Amino acid sequence: MKMVSAIIKHVKLDEVRDSLNKLGLHGMTAIEVKGFGRQKGHMEVYRGVEYEVKFLPKVKIEVAVTDEKLDEVVNSILESAKTGEIGDGKIFVYNLQDVIRIRTGERGEKAI
Amino acid sequence: MKRWISFILLTLILAFPLLAFAEETASISSGDTAWMIVATALVLFMTIPGLSLFYGGLVRTKNVLSIFVQCFAITCLITILWVIYGYSVAFDTTGMQEGVFNFHSLFGGFGKAFLSGVGVDSVSGTIPETVFLIFQMTFAIITPALMVGAFAERMKFSAVMAFVAIWFTFSYLPLCHMAWAGDGALFANWGVLDFAGGTVVHINAGIAALVACIVVGKRKGYGKTAMLPHNVPFVLIGASMLWVGWFGFNAGSELASDGTAGMAMLVTQIATAMAAISWTVMEWIRSGKPTAVGIATGAVAGLVAITPASGTAGPMGALLIGAASGTLCYFASTLLKRVLGYDDSLDVFGVHAVGGIVGATLTGLCAAAFMGGAGINAVSVGAQIWAQVKSIVVTIVWSGSVSFVALKVIDMVIGIRASEKDEEKGLDISQHEETGYTM
Repeated sequence: MKMVSAIIKHVKLDEVRDSLNKLGLHGMTAIEVKGFGRQKGHMEVYRGVEYEVKFLPKVKIEVAVTDEKLDEVVNSILESAKTGEIGDGKIFVYNLQDVIRIRTGERGEKAI
Repeated sequence: MKRWISFILLTLILAFPLLAFAEETASISSGDTAWMIVATALVLFMTIPGLSLFYGGLVRTKNVLSIFVQCFAITCLITILWVIYGYSVAFDTTGMQEGVFNFHSLFGGFGKAFLSGVGVDSVSGTIPETVFLIFQMTFAIITPALMVGAFAERMKFSAVMAFVAIWFTFSYLPLCHMAWAGDGALFANWGVLDFAGGTVVHINAGIAALVACIVVGKRKGYGKTAMLPHNVPFVLIGASMLWVGWFGFNAGSELASDGTAGMAMLVTQIATAMAAISWTVMEWIRSGKPTAVGIATGAVAGLVAITPASGTAGPMGALLIGAASGTLCYFASTLLKRVLGYDDSLDVFGVHAVGGIVGATLTGLCAAAFMGGAGINAVSVGAQIWAQVKSIVVTIVWSGSVSFVALKVIDMVIGIRASEKDEEKGLDISQHEETGYTM
């Protein structure tokens, strides 16, 4: 099993969610984060002084997937989250040791 | 016989309304009273929550409550001190004589301490004395509240309260007395024009703020870390409340519902709008974009500057005062502050002291008939401006000295600055064990 973690632009969240739904994925976590890669921050002015705000708001999504679905999911995210401009984000793939459903106690791929 | 009876009856009938009327002429105008009750509420609203929101939005999230609590607590504290001795020291007129300078030109006596002699039927001019004294109380409340902006985010709550109590007693009360206690008061002897408190309120608080922010010291990380406003909508809401409330502040200072009050309201509006525009234009040119915080602050600068002039300036004068204050306060809050390096967190000196000085000086000019004003006290505009300048200097020296001594004494007894750890945690947690937003 793998955990796919992707940092994407806010505006792309709905598109990514829709495309993953089409693949049959039933769950996803999304959190608001701040970060930067190569994208420059933006400037703010207060009392005549300019400040560079380096940390930009992004959304991080996480989905747990089976090994067979991994490539499909990564490609789906790649397509739906891309704008072609700097700041589109990154996808990280982690090995997932176990998944447990709290309500029923099911473990492993059944719990995804 | 019949003629005599008719004559007597006719006289009585005609005299009757006069007899009834005589009961009222020596006392209260219900129109003036109604307006002054409203004006009082408007000025209180300027502090809670107007100023609280304006300042609260400008500080960082971890300090938002400290601003609100300080303003609220100052409201409560000054209310009590005012009724115990404040009103008396400010407005008691025993021993005062027109044109004579004595101790009572600076301080009132204790004749009205604990509101002695003030009852339901007491009258002050054309309004109940109770209304007059509470109207003045709201001024005494907002003046120290203005100062909190300068030492925001780093001064202990207990020290703020101690400082406010001492400063109110030794700086606000005498300056209020000097300006507004009537014949024999220092500024009255000089013929100074200060309608609603350019000296008493704004220069007084602004200079105290400068002294305080220097004595308390800069915030940790000032100059290196960005310390941006955490809630700019609050700032705009607060500034709007200040603007509307200021009609009570300026037009209410006429203590009556009449043409002067109407003109005071009009010139307040004009100066404020002009100052906001001036600040915004300067900012647009020098920083590239007009900001929300800028236009709000510009408006407040105009409100401050028109305060002393509101009873005498005309619309033309208001335009001048607005343009001058918007521009000069902008430079004081940006360039001057950066060059001199003091940490006046919320620009109390830049807006209130500088705005007050600009306004108080221009009051002398704008009162002149050729400026559309209501008329000067002195023999010439030059002489009037000189009188204004004298009052400004007295205010600066008096307020600065009292503030310095008060802070040093408090620092020795309980300490004025929050510890480094407390400052980092934020005053909300360290001083009040509360968080502003739990969402």
